[in-house]
Order: sequence, then structure tokens, then C-alpha cells
Amino acid sequence: MKNVYKTYPNGVGAIFNLNLSIDRGDFVFIIGGSGSGKSTLIKMLYREEKPSRGEIILGGVNVGKLRNSKVYKLRRLIGVVFQDYKLLPKLTVYENVAFALEVTGVDSKEIRKRVIDVLTKVGLKHKAKEYPDKLSGGEQQRVAIARAVVNRPKILICDEPTGNLDSKISMEIMDILEKINKDFGTTVLMVTHDIDIVKQMKKRVLLLKEGRLEKDYKKGSFVDEKL
Amino acid sequence: MKSCRTFVRSFRDAFRSVIRNFSLSLASITCIAITLIIIAAALLMSDNVKNFTDEIEKDVTVVAFLDSDVTNEKRDNFEMFLKKNSNVELFDYKSKADVKEDMQKENETFSSILAEWDDANNPLKDTYTIKVHDVKKIGNTAKDIEKQDGVNSVQYGEGLVEKLVGVFDAIEKITFCAAIALIIVTVFLIINTIKLTIFSRKREIGIMRLVGASNSRIKLPFVIEGIILGMIGSIIPILIVVLGYTTMYDYFGGILFSPVIKLITPMPFVVNTSIIILLIGMIVGMLGSSRAVRRYIKV
Ligand SMILES: Nc1ncnc2c1ncn2[C@@H]1O[C@H](COP(=O)(O)OP(=O)(O)OP(=O)(O)O)[C@@H](O)[C@H]1O
Ligand SMILES: [Mg+2]
Repeated sequence: MKNVYKTYPNGVGAIFNLNLSIDRGDFVFIIGGSGSGKSTLIKMLYREEKPSRGEIILGGVNVGKLRNSKVYKLRRLIGVVFQDYKLLPKLTVYENVAFALEVTGVDSKEIRKRVIDVLTKVGLKHKAKEYPDKLSGGEQQRVAIARAVVNRPKILICDEPTGNLDSKISMEIMDILEKINKDFGTTVLMVTHDIDIVKQMKKRVLLLKEGRLEKDYKKGSFVDEKL
Repeated sequence: MKSCRTFVRSFRDAFRSVIRNFSLSLASITCIAITLIIIAAALLMSDNVKNFTDEIEKDVTVVAFLDSDVTNEKRDNFEMFLKKNSNVELFDYKSKADVKEDMQKENETFSSILAEWDDANNPLKDTYTIKVHDVKKIGNTAKDIEKQDGVNSVQYGEGLVEKLVGVFDAIEKITFCAAIALIIVTVFLIINTIKLTIFSRKREIGIMRLVGASNSRIKLPFVIEGIILGMIGSIIPILIVVLGYTTMYDYFGGILFSPVIKLITPMPFVVNTSIIILLIGMIVGMLGSSRAVRRYIKV
């Protein structure tokens, strides 16, 4: 990312002169106070928002210049997980995960294999036939993660994935994210408010403040930060 | 292979959506059905009218009787006039002697009476039988002919034919105007139906985008949904065409009012009409759904 600025159409400036680069296979936390631009930053990565100025290169793709009709190609390189899971209530766990592959044209046999693989990975194979409203928050989030990584993205972006979960369940989610990062070599970017998690994980930490990169803690160097 | 898969899955999604929102779909289907029934009626009628006017046009002629004492010069002038008239296709001349012979051939008893007439006291007249291009203009053409010098009187289908053709023509035009108005209404109704299904599936569309579904994969199910609505809507009109027309044909014995008006035999006429109805249904459905998709699914 080079000299990236983002001003929303209503005139609110969210990101100012952001320069940073993240290595492939890295695990990075993005922290900062409310309204500091964390969500805006990651939205620009998966091209939900366009940068107003500057350049974002992701896996060789110039995201800012990408035509609308080609955005779907970028999205196949990226998995996204949200605080509110965004599962489809009328589909089972299995179908929710399979959905990501079905709509990208993967053939049915391959879908079956990959969905069962990834559900096993997140420890939910036995709940494959359940509907999301029968699952706990932690389980729903694991389904969402499974859906995000089932097409083997290069990057996994999480916006406060543990925001609705208690600390024990949050750590389970972190274990899964860590496993995905290690086993698949997926780059993980995670926005969070949970300083305890950040302290425990000992990863690289980006601190945003009022739309600027305030601090960039190298892996393991993060001590504490009052948000 | 992959695009085939996309198509199959889109079709499945579309079909599910029609069933899931059946009460909503039903309004569109009904509207399409009514529109198509009217179009079907118009098609059946116009094809039949075209068929029997073609038939009639083969037979309808203007017969012009010349004055008994017509000179050769006047006759030549009259022939020149016929040749120049744009609505005259063919004409055939019979002298009064020829007419007499024809009549003698037709009837034995006449024959002896007629035999007594010689050229001088033959009360029959030289006759021209004239075929026209356009039956609708036959009245004017006949009048023009009557005005010619040396023409005694003119006879043609007594106006019945042209009146009939005129009536059917008017009905046909009104029906087609109604059909077009209904098509427009239907398209708007389909736009609305598809709009509502798009809104009810906002969440799904959002997730499709997120996981990298292509635009065509996102839009195709909705476009197909419109086409399916059109297809379902055409079922009843097609049944009406096939069963209704066949029954009517049998009931009237293949003719309408008089043997002059022959109906088109049902096979393969109803099949062709049904295919046209189905296609119109699909096109109307697609028009509505692709408009809705363009308007309500932002790329
Ligand atoms: N769609 C939008 N339109 C206009 N302004 C926006 C929009 N989204 C965010 N903003 C503004 O941009 C700024 C940064 O918002 P952003 O959502 O990136 O913050 P955040 O760090 O994710 O906050 P939080 O921790 O509360 O999620 C805020 O001032 C916010 O009001
Ligand atoms: Mg946020």
C-alpha cells in the first residue's frame, strides 16, 4: 500500500497517507479506537471501497484500478470473515460452506471433498446438517471461517471475528485462524478490539489512529496499548 | 463445461425462487397468461383472415358488361384502361356469342331457346371478367370500371367480401393494440416481481459477491426466473390454442358462416402458433427480468 487516502463521498476522511506492506503468509493484527479506519482499510483490500488516492497492490493485482466487472477475480483470492458471521439461515452448515464453491463454478464432486475437508479442519463435520440458528456463536463463526477458506484464498481478512464471543471461545477461533495460517500458508489480517488476544498471539500489530498508521509493532514486540 | 455448470445451477436457483415466492410469481404468471391468450386469439384470427382472404382473392372477380352496341374502338379503350389500372391483375374477355355458348353448355332446355338468338338480336352482352390484386379496394375499382365509356353495368361480390375483410381487419388491429398495451403492463409487473425477489435475496447476493461469484452468475438466475415465469404463463394459452382451436374447427366443420370462409386446418397450425406464444412469453419474461436485474443489481 502506497500513500493511500480514503475519503467517503460524504466528505468524511477515513484513511490518510497510509504506507505499509505485508508479507505473504504473515499473521497481522489491526487495532485502533472506534472510527480509526480499521474497517475502511480492509474494505479497500477486498475492493468493497476504492481508495481515493494512492495504490494498493494485492497478490499482484492493482486493486484501485480493478474494473468493477473484474472484482470477482480479486475476491477469489481473498476470504472475508465478519463479526456477524453472515451465514444464510435457510441453508445447512454444509450448504453454507458449499455455497462459496457452487457460485464460483466448482464441480460437485470437488465441492463435496473440499467442504468435508474444511469442516473437519474447523471441527464441525458432525454439525454439517444443522442449520446456523441451531449453533452457538463460536460454531457459527467457525462455519463462516470454513466458508471463507474453502476456496483456498491467499489472504484471509477478519473484521472483529471474536467481537461477539467470550474469551474462551475467542481463543478457539484464534487457534483455528492460526492453524489456517500455518497449514495453508494463508496470510491472515485480523481487525480486533481484544487486546488480550493480541498480547497472547505475539504477532505483528498495526495500530491505527484517526486514519493514520500510528505504530507498526514487529512480531512479538507488542506490549500493551490503551485503545 | 464450467459455463454449463453455471447455467444449470442458475436455472435450479431460478426455479427454486419461483416456487419459494409462488404467490408473488402467480400475479406475473396470470398477467402473462392473459396477455398471451389475447395475443393467441389475435394470431389465430389474423392467420385465418389472411388465409381466407387469399383464398377469396383467387375467386373474387369484377364482371363488367359492355353496352350491346359497343364499338370496337370503345372496347380497345376499355382494355387499355384495364391494363393501366394498378389494382387489376388479370382480365378475360368473352364476346356475347361466347357467353351464349357457355350458357347453352350449362343447360339443355336453355340450349334450344338460346339457339334461336343470332348475333343481331342476342340480348346478352360482351363481358369482361376482371381479377383484382387487393380485395379491400375492389369497390373503388368496380366504380372506376363502371364509369368507363361503353360499360353498361358492373357486378362484384356485392360488397360482402370487402365488408367482412374490413371488419376482421379492424378487430385484428384492435386486438394487437390491446396485446401491445398488455405486454407493456406485463413487463412492468415482471420487473416488479423480479425486483422483489432481488430484494428478498440481498443477503445472498452480498455473500455471492464476497466469495467471488462472477456478475453473470449473480444475475443469470434472476433473468432465467423471468423466462420461467413467461414459460409457465404460456401453458394455459397454449392449451387454449390447441384444444380450443381444434374444438372450434371441428364444431364449425372447418368453415365459418359460409363455405367461402375456410378455416386453417389445425395441424400443424396450432403447433406453430403455440411455439410463437411460448417464444413471446419467454421474451416478455426476459425483457422484464433483464430490466430489473440491470436496475437493481449494481455491478
Ligand atoms: N460508508 C461510509 N460512509 C461514510 N463514512 C463512513 C463510512 N464507513 C465509515 N465511515 C467513516 O469513516 C471513519 C472510519 O470508519 P471505520 O468503519 O473504518 O472505523 P473502524 O476503525 O472500523 O471503527 P469500529 O472499530 O467502530 O468498527 C469513521 O469516521 C466512519 O464514520
Ligand atoms: Mg469496524
